[in-house]
Amino acid sequence: MSAPAADIANDAIVSVRDLQVQFQTSDRRATVKAVDGVNFDVRRGETFGIIGESGSGKTTIGRALVFLLKPSAGAILHNGVDPQAMPRKQFQSHRRDYQIIFQDPNAALNPRMTILSSVLEPLELAHAGTGAERLTRAREALDRVGLPQDVGARYPHQLSGGQKQRVVIARALTLRPKLIVCDEVVAALDMSIRGDVLNLFAELQRDLGLTYVFITHDLAVVSHISERIAVMYLGRFVELGPTEQVSEKPLHPYTQALLSAEPRPLPSTMRGAARIMLQGEIPSPIDPPSGCRFRTRCQYAQDLCAEKTPDWRELMPDHWVACHFADRPNFSPN
Amino acid sequence: MAAAGPAQRGAEAVAVSPQALMSVRGLGIRFKTSQGVWQATRKIDFDIAPGERVGIVGESGCGKTITGLSILRLLPNNLSGLDGSILFDGIDLATCSGRAMRAIRGRRIAMIFQEPMSALDPVFTVGHQIAETLRVHTGVSKEEARARTLEMLRRVGIASPERRIDDYPHQLSGGMRQRVMIAASLICGPQLLIADEPTTALDVTVQAQILELLRDLSETSGTALMLITHDLGVVAETCTRMITMYAGEVIEDASVDAALVRPLHPYTSGLLRSLPHLSPRHGKLPSIPGRVPSIADMPNGCRFKARCPHAVKGCEAEQELRDAGGGRKVRCWRFAELDLPGALQHAATAPIAAMVARP
Repeated sequence: MSAPAADIANDAIVSVRDLQVQFQTSDRRATVKAVDGVNFDVRRGETFGIIGESGSGKTTIGRALVFLLKPSAGAILHNGVDPQAMPRKQFQSHRRDYQIIFQDPNAALNPRMTILSSVLEPLELAHAGTGAERLTRAREALDRVGLPQDVGARYPHQLSGGQKQRVVIARALTLRPKLIVCDEVVAALDMSIRGDVLNLFAELQRDLGLTYVFITHDLAVVSHISERIAVMYLGRFVELGPTEQVSEKPLHPYTQALLSAEPRPLPSTMRGAARIMLQGEIPSPIDPPSGCRFRTRCQYAQDLCAEKTPDWRELMPDHWVACHFADRPNFSPN
Repeated sequence: MAAAGPAQRGAEAVAVSPQALMSVRGLGIRFKTSQGVWQATRKIDFDIAPGERVGIVGESGCGKTITGLSILRLLPNNLSGLDGSILFDGIDLATCSGRAMRAIRGRRIAMIFQEPMSALDPVFTVGHQIAETLRVHTGVSKEEARARTLEMLRRVGIASPERRIDDYPHQLSGGMRQRVMIAASLICGPQLLIADEPTTALDVTVQAQILELLRDLSETSGTALMLITHDLGVVAETCTRMITMYAGEVIEDASVDAALVRPLHPYTSGLLRSLPHLSPRHGKLPSIPGRVPSIADMPNGCRFKARCPHAVKGCEAEQELRDAGGGRKVRCWRFAELDLPGALQHAATAPIAAMVARP
């Protein structure tokens, strides 16, 4: 990557450059490199999916995007501007445009507050309009996510999981954000409800021009809703490209293994292809393997993979990969 | 097939089949709560043949977990009644003595759960915990138990078991802990393994390893598997038969392929259609409107009728699990006239084509 500000496309609502996020372990003896050198842009109005297994750093990226975590190094720009350079007051009002929603609505809603007061709270904290205007906006938001008005008087325990997640979405919408980071937002929901909530996200995006960063471990969900998908492994992106290409012609061996491991609800006659069975589990981010981080589980690993970190390169238009051998013709098992 | 003569009756009979390892009939569980007695499950009927792999699928609250627990009589204290029978090799597990149950539990029927960390004791080594199971049930010597534990750890795919046998649970990764649980559950050579969401807490690449292990072990040792899960993909990859539950009842029982290709119950069909795998990318996902009825307020007749697009007059009548021919059963009186879409109806769409052709 060249100088950060120069290569920022003007449709980028978020630009991430050489992002690193590190944590100290509790005994302060070691450093966990949760995110270790990631570059990407999120384009205005798109859904950008990030997929990875536990420990890949995907949740850390999501939190850093809305500055719930401070980057250890690198830059996160919102609309080309670094919000951390803003004066405190301006930063506070700026971050209303960039919201985040988590997996568990039970943890996000105060059990002692009515649904309406939970939805009103962000408006009150932001001193948005008069009391009457705030009430109108909160009611509009509940209506927008398809909840009946009488839900406002109820408490979280009186609602189903899907309804609670709708309340959390309504609350994020009250401040009319530009971008919402959605971290495993349907993982806790039953499958018959999941479709409803995913449809709601799509509808809100269409009507309100929202941009989403959709973080999940669920391949089917991410490839259904996203325009582009990034695949994360041990703190780094290994592949990034349009959904169709990543899910149908994956370039990185890890993406190929991930796709092949996904259990498919298909009859046996249609499930012919042999699996790529990965050995072992994801290594510790405290002491990641040298060179390519996937090499310890990769069936194609060579000496070079341990010696040199693969470059992050655009092998096909808009399709990026970090693998030394991704362009070898007989490399892909396809 | 439907017009089965007397000679064919054995294949399709609803009665307890002589070759079944376990026959559950009319199983129901009631609980005492502060708001009265709640019926968690009722009229559960199914068989598991020796060595067969059966998936029990359904969403949260459908009664799949409690059905698994009731087979081993691991039920909470507020149980108010257990109806029906669970015939296992001639013994009725619903009524047998506690002593008889203890001789079966862990030895002839074993169970594993979603969270291996809460099933393993953190203060004992994994080897100790596996060997203990064997010693309690068979009384073999310490040395013999350790040797067989080592062998079992090797069989469940733990690398260098000589080293791992003296590890404590916290020293192992999530996938290895689940392998240890599988080793402990299979060490006595049970005839049936009940696995309740065994891979839900694991990453997808590790899940694939564990599912393959369960399938292989079941095939090589002839242990029947009852796999309880919410994930239709997991059932399709692991089992040969699928029992779908809804609101405390079995609503469909069929081979996995038959249920996926042509489901007979509108709920099974609705579940399949709501999977994002099977829908055109970026399109609207079909969903099942409404929600599961509350356990405290179950409707009469078909429990799915309020959410069912095919509900008509007549669905308020009590629904029985009907024989649908070809070894299938369904709890819907309209099954013969409905032609419901399954997974294959979507085969022309891009995501499924990609899924079939996966690397």
